[in-house]
Amino acid sequence: MASNKVHADASAALAGLLRDGMTIMAGGFGLSGNAERCIDEIARSGVRGLHIISNNCGNQGQGLAILLKGRQVARVLCSFIGGNPDLAEQYAAGTVAVELSPQGTLAERIRAGGAGLGGFFTPTGVGTSVAEGKEVRDIDGKRYVLEKPLRADLAIVRAAVGDPDGNLRFYRTARAFNPLCATAARVTVAEVDHLCGKGELDPDDIHLPGIFVHRIFEAKDHKNPIEFRTTRPTSGTP
Amino acid sequence: MSWSQDQMVARAAAEIADGMYVNLGIGLPTEVANRIPPGVTVTLHSENGLLGMGPFPLDAEVDPQIINAGKQTVTILPGGSVFDSALSFAMIRGGHIDLAILGGLEVAVSGDLANWTVPGKMTTGMGGAMDLAAGARRVIVLQTHAAKNGAAKLVRTLSLPATALACTSRVITDLGVFDPAGDHFKCIERAANVTDDEITAKTGATVRFAPTVG
Repeated sequence: MASNKVHADASAALAGLLRDGMTIMAGGFGLSGNAERCIDEIARSGVRGLHIISNNCGNQGQGLAILLKGRQVARVLCSFIGGNPDLAEQYAAGTVAVELSPQGTLAERIRAGGAGLGGFFTPTGVGTSVAEGKEVRDIDGKRYVLEKPLRADLAIVRAAVGDPDGNLRFYRTARAFNPLCATAARVTVAEVDHLCGKGELDPDDIHLPGIFVHRIFEAKDHKNPIEFRTTRPTSGTP
Repeated sequence: MSWSQDQMVARAAAEIADGMYVNLGIGLPTEVANRIPPGVTVTLHSENGLLGMGPFPLDAEVDPQIINAGKQTVTILPGGSVFDSALSFAMIRGGHIDLAILGGLEVAVSGDLANWTVPGKMTTGMGGAMDLAAGARRVIVLQTHAAKNGAAKLVRTLSLPATALACTSRVITDLGVFDPAGDHFKCIERAANVTDDEITAKTGATVRFAPTVG
């Protein structure tokens, strides 16, 4: 891996990484925390047959749904389809294969992949369709189902601040799956709102150490779409 | 008179004790946040990675990167924190969330819960529902007593795909409060003017009425 991780833009950061049939992890939750420029660049590249691992795979035609609209996706591993008509439609039509994983199981499978574990036993899904075909084991009187780790060829993640070493700091609930995905891919590309100078991030304030990030670029003016804009009135109780 | 939705929500809120960490499911359970009894401090958890969730923002405060698990814009109260999804679900499965109040489609006498999918309908996916049902220390289900077509939602055994087994401690419906008790439901509270006969007729399993109910 090149010692210089900093790239000018998504096109440069993703150069040479994209190919048909590859597995891509994406770290957003709904329309929050998405690597928007990376998604646009993957759309522009025209690669097809993608296997996407992401909690939602986009929503309301935005985020990763852009890749669904372009018929670039063959398989999706996610926890939630609601609010994503593109995925629901292509799943129903049989043109995209969908594997549903409980949200916490999905997060932990990615964590396990990044941490070099062979899997884990979780109480989630015992006695449900999720456990079908999987080992269920009694451990100290409680039943758990074996879930296996997930890895990807590429992770695209979004952070608020990054530095030239790839250290990342996330913002609010845009964190979600981002730091997990970053650990579990052969190559991780980070798209940051602000690229700061070396040493400007305090070591105590780094949420994800740069060892997990191979390429990084700054992207300003993210769309940050809102799925449900809910507010309370100016006066009175919430 | 059966309970209104607001009365159901208020009854669910009465289950929350001071100092609890609570996760409220999408839909009617979300409303419980607005009916927390005075003097009770509760820390709300949202499984996308937020503890100390506050009310919806003022129009000027809206931040697209502060959302709840239902992808609605929310606020973070002083003392709140944010974290990744793995840590968030460690809180759930690890028994650190004292109470989850969830919506339901069916609850069985065993405490089995179905609330994530209906065969023949397009699924939305389970999201965090299975983790919450299996992991929270106590699960209370807030749902209507019977479906719109009259079908019982408190049943002997689930007809719908399970979310988790033996997870439900209590069900709050428009007719009262019911605890799954292995081979029957124990009615521990009745909405005003609802009769035992009405409850029995609308329940797909044996109901026993606690002596204090009345």
